[in-house]
Amino acid sequence: MADTTKEGVSRRGFLSWLGLAWTAFSAAMAASGIALARFMFPNVLFEPPMSFKVGRPEEFALGVDERFKPQGVWIVKTTKEIFALSTVCTHLGCTPNWLSAEQKFKCPCHGSGYYVSGVNFEGPTPRPLERFAVFVADDGQVVVDKNRIFQYEKGQWTDPQSHILLS
Amino acid sequence: MIKIIINWLALPYMYVSIAIVLFFLTIRSRKLWTGKAGGLLLLGSILFLAYSLTDEHFRGLVTRPDNVPIVMLLFAVGFFVWFALKQAHENDERVMQGKPLDEVAWKDKVFVWPNLVYTELICMVVATIVLVVWSIYIPAPLEQPANPSSSPNPSKAPWYFLGLQEMLVYFDPWIAGVLLPGFIILGLMATPYIDKNPKGNGYYTFKERKFAITIYLFGFSIMWVLLIINGTFLRGPNWNFFGPYEPWDIHKLVPLNNVNLSEFIYVKFLGTGLPKHWFFREIFGIALVVGYFAVGHWYLAKKLLKRFHDLMGPVRFHLMAFLLLVMVATIAKMYLRWTMNLKYIIGISEFFFNI
Ligand code: FES
Repeated sequence: MADTTKEGVSRRGFLSWLGLAWTAFSAAMAASGIALARFMFPNVLFEPPMSFKVGRPEEFALGVDERFKPQGVWIVKTTKEIFALSTVCTHLGCTPNWLSAEQKFKCPCHGSGYYVSGVNFEGPTPRPLERFAVFVADDGQVVVDKNRIFQYEKGQWTDPQSHILLS
Repeated sequence: MIKIIINWLALPYMYVSIAIVLFFLTIRSRKLWTGKAGGLLLLGSILFLAYSLTDEHFRGLVTRPDNVPIVMLLFAVGFFVWFALKQAHENDERVMQGKPLDEVAWKDKVFVWPNLVYTELICMVVATIVLVVWSIYIPAPLEQPANPSSSPNPSKAPWYFLGLQEMLVYFDPWIAGVLLPGFIILGLMATPYIDKNPKGNGYYTFKERKFAITIYLFGFSIMWVLLIINGTFLRGPNWNFFGPYEPWDIHKLVPLNNVNLSEFIYVKFLGTGLPKHWFFREIFGIALVVGYFAVGHWYLAKKLLKRFHDLMGPVRFHLMAFLLLVMVATIAKMYLRWTMNLKYIIGISEFFFNI
């Protein structure tokens, strides 16, 4: 057959247009891919600090302190110790509510319940709430360090970093 | 008084049992209610709704903008199930009397264009108008911006996932969130290959497909639709159960101290403590689960559904039997939780393996 069709587009011409189109398309895709990758590394990253001061041990009243819930911790003070409980339900990650009348944490998603200590006693959750590292800084303030977690089922709640003993 | 009784009937094991009994009764007596009695059913449910609307709590619940479509949907589901069964029943009658099927008897076939396309166009326009008017008059239930440090109480999944959310109460997340939905999706996809029976293709029938239709309708109406009702209307703050006329009290106290099977046996029954090694601790649970499936497969294949087994061949049959057994086990586990506060049958939290 002849190289030229009725409309006047030659096979070679068609192929080169096709090549051009594909090249342009690939370039566009590559550019948007790069833009997407760039998007993953924002210039400013707003991340709340992982470790912060919450106040002096004697400033806390006995029981659960909810002031730091936005930072993801409940500060619990008992007669013996102070510890920081994670506000993330160990079932699927909702935020439980502290019900002071019942003295328990109760999750609104599937009904898991935890004692003040963070140990689970009802609902579907398989394990207790996690605790964060706490220690007293030089200025006498309690520091919560969310980088280190202590899990009850691994026997980590006896770790000296997992609580502040009150004398 | 009526309200107290209905609230009591709405306890989970009560109302699920009632629903299951009613389900099989309606399937059995389809002759009755696919006829005139169907209107009575509709009337009854409308009367129930009207009566319930006098209750403040119930009214608040069904008129919530997110719940209005769910109520409409329930009526729609009822209607379509009724309609399909009615058609099926009529066809069954025709076959019994030796007449041709309804679908064959239709002499006057019509063209897609214009008949069907016009109907579709009109439906589209009407649906658009309804949606626009609706969205103007019932404001969208928007809430505050998402805040990770406070989950709304109760936190509900979108309505079509409420059944799955309910499963999460009874099962470990990997079962409720991965395995069971996986079985649903893969099982439905595999159904045409498992069930190659051509009967019922292109025409309504019930008699020729009793088993298939009953099992499917059971799964759909009890395990999916009923759990949507459950999640929408009966689950309240702290994910507790509330009757339809029971105000949502955040401080309602429900003892939910769940106990594993191993604790039931070793602590309550035998009085010895839990064995140290997980295998000995869970041996009864493992035996129960393995035994359930082994006996279940054997019983279905050799006794109850022997006819199907011979018809379908072992591979197809056991696939089907497995899916069926899983469905039954799911409900059984829910009952065990409601009646005995059983947490896990096998609870090896050392490996995150809990059933
Ligand atoms: S996420 Fe808390 S109970 Fe499921």
